[in-house]
Amino acid sequence: MAEDGPVDGQDVDDEEIDAADASPQVELAYGVPVTRSGGHIVLHATPAQLVETAEALAADGFDQLIDLCGVDYLTHPGRVDLADTVVGQRFEVVVALINHERRERVRIRVQVPDDEPVVPTLFDVWPGAEVLEREAYDMFGITFADHPDMTRILMPEDWVGHPLRKDYAVGQIPVQFKGAPTTR
Amino acid sequence: MSLDHDQTTDARVRERGDSAVLRMSESALAQLGVIDAPAGVAHDLAEDETMFINMGPSHPSTHGVLRLMLELRGEMVVRSKPVIGYLHTGMEKQGEQLSYLQGTTNVTRMDYASPLFNELAFSMAVEELLGLEVPPRATWIRMLLTELNRMSSHLLFMATNGMDLGAVSMMIFGWREREEVLRFFEKVSGLRMNHNFIRPGGVAADLPDGWRDDVLRLLELIPPRLDEYDTLMTGQPIWQERLQGVGVLNTAEALALGVTGPLLRSTGYAWDLRRDMPYLAYDKVEFDVVVGTYGDSFDRYAIRLNEIRESMRIVAQILDQMPKGDYRVQDKKVTPPPRARIDESMEALIHHFKIFTEGFKVPEGEVYAAVESPRGELGCYIVSDGSAHPYRLRIRPPSLINLQCLPYLMQNGLIADAVANISSVDPIMGEVDR
Repeated sequence: MAEDGPVDGQDVDDEEIDAADASPQVELAYGVPVTRSGGHIVLHATPAQLVETAEALAADGFDQLIDLCGVDYLTHPGRVDLADTVVGQRFEVVVALINHERRERVRIRVQVPDDEPVVPTLFDVWPGAEVLEREAYDMFGITFADHPDMTRILMPEDWVGHPLRKDYAVGQIPVQFKGAPTTR
Repeated sequence: MSLDHDQTTDARVRERGDSAVLRMSESALAQLGVIDAPAGVAHDLAEDETMFINMGPSHPSTHGVLRLMLELRGEMVVRSKPVIGYLHTGMEKQGEQLSYLQGTTNVTRMDYASPLFNELAFSMAVEELLGLEVPPRATWIRMLLTELNRMSSHLLFMATNGMDLGAVSMMIFGWREREEVLRFFEKVSGLRMNHNFIRPGGVAADLPDGWRDDVLRLLELIPPRLDEYDTLMTGQPIWQERLQGVGVLNTAEALALGVTGPLLRSTGYAWDLRRDMPYLAYDKVEFDVVVGTYGDSFDRYAIRLNEIRESMRIVAQILDQMPKGDYRVQDKKVTPPPRARIDESMEALIHHFKIFTEGFKVPEGEVYAAVESPRGELGCYIVSDGSAHPYRLRIRPPSLINLQCLPYLMQNGLIADAVANISSVDPIMGEVDR
C-alpha cells in the first residue's frame, strides 16, 4: 500500500535517511516509522513531524480527516504496538485518515509528553480537525498550537480539569455548577 | 444561487482567516462588546451594523439541545457558531469503567435514533481485537437489523424535517411509519430503542418466530407510504421552494470539513462505506448509492427518502439469503453457556457467573472499526490493555463532525432558512455531546 514511501519533498527524504541510520530495521513511510494494525497502516510521527507528514499524506490522496482523538497512557505505559524507535509518552493524539480513491485508511499516532502537551494544529491541512482538536483539548488538556479557537467544547468554560485523563477519577468530585459552592 | 456560491467557496474552504472568524469564540465576541453590552449604552443601528441573536439550546427546531449564535444583518445570517455540550454525560469515560460485555449498553445510547449502528461498530472493533469470526447468520441478522434501523432513522428525519418546515402532517406520518419498524425491533430485542442486541460475538438472541412475516409486512406497508410522501412533499412547489438552493455545500468543502454520509453524497460524491469498504456481507447484496447534484437541503431530503427505498431493497435480499446456523460465536471465552445448561451443570453456572461479573479479557492493542450509519461514518476506536475493560473507548460521531458545516450552510442565507439547514444536517445531540 504505502510502502513506496514518501511522495514529495526533499525534507522528508532527509529525515528518512537520518532515522534509517539510527535503526535500519524500522520500516518508514512518509518519513516516519510505520507499523500495521488490523489491516490499517499506523504511522508514528513526533509532534514536530506531524504537519509535514500530514501534508505529505494529503498530497498523496488522503483527502479526508476522519477522526482525531487523544489517549492517556498514564496507567498503561508498557504498550507494545509502537514502532521500535518510538518512545511511548503519556499522551497520544491519534489521527485517522481516509483515502477515498485507493480505499485505504491510515492512522497517525503522535506521542505527546506530559510536561509539554502541545501539538501543532492540523486545521490548515484539514479544516475538519477544528472541533475534534477542541474536544481533545477539552478532554485531555492537549493544546493544539495555532488552532483558531482553542476553547472547551463539551464541558462548561469554567470547568476545572480534563475528564478523560486517567488521573481524573470517576464519581469522586463535587459536581461543578456555575455559582454553586464547591470544596475546591 | 448555486453559481454565486461556487465562485466564493473555493477561496473560503481553506482560507484560514475567514474560517477562524466564522468560528469566533463567545469570549471573543464579548470582548468586541457585541454581546452583553452594558445597559444604558446608546445603540444606534448604523446601516452596516449587525445584530447577534441566540437560538436554543431549548428550541423546537434544534433537535434537542443545540445552541446557535447567529450574527444577522437584517434577515441575513452573516456568521454563525454552533455551541454544544449541553448533553455531555461523559459516555466515553463511562465506557472505560464498563466491561466489553456491558459496553454495548453504553454506546447504544449515544445515537439514540440509530442505536444498532453504535452497537455494531463497537462489536466489530472488539471482535477484531479478539480475532473472532462471527457466524454467517449473526452477520446477516446484523445486516437486517441495521438496514431496518436505517429506515427508522430516516423516517424520523422525514418527520422532524417536515415538522421544522411546517409540514405538520408529515411529522405524524413519519412517526407512524417509524413506529412500525420499532414494533419489529421490540419483538426481536424486547426494546423499542437502545436495544443492546448486537454484542461482541454475535447477537443476543435468534430472531423470533414469524420474523419473516413481520418483515414482509413492513416491506408491503412502507413503499406506498413513501409514495404518499412524494405526493405530499417531493413534488410540491412549496416544499421545493423552501428547500431547493438552501444551504448549498460543495464537495471540496464537505471533504475538507470531514463531512460524511448523506451530506457528502448530496454534493454528488458517491461514497458509501457499505459499497466502497464493505463490512458484514454488503458485498453479497445489490443496492445503489444515492447521490445528489446540487448539495442543497432538497438533495439531502431526497437522498434520505431514496435511501429508505434502497434499504428495503437490501432487506428483501436478506430475506432470501438469510443462512441457518448459530446466531453467536461458540467461543466459550466470550459466549455465556445456554440458559438450559446452567440448571444442570455447575461448571456452566460458574462460567456464566464469571463472564457476567468479570467479563472476558481482550488482547492488547488498538483498533478502529467503522460502519456507515444513517448520518455518516460511525467509527469506534478502542485501545485495550489486556484487561476486561476498554482502556480507551472512542466513538467517532458523524453528527458532531457534520455539524461543523452548519456555519458554511447558513452563511449569507436567510434566518428563516436556518431551521431548514439545521434540520437537513440531521444531528442527534446525544451523539454530538456523548
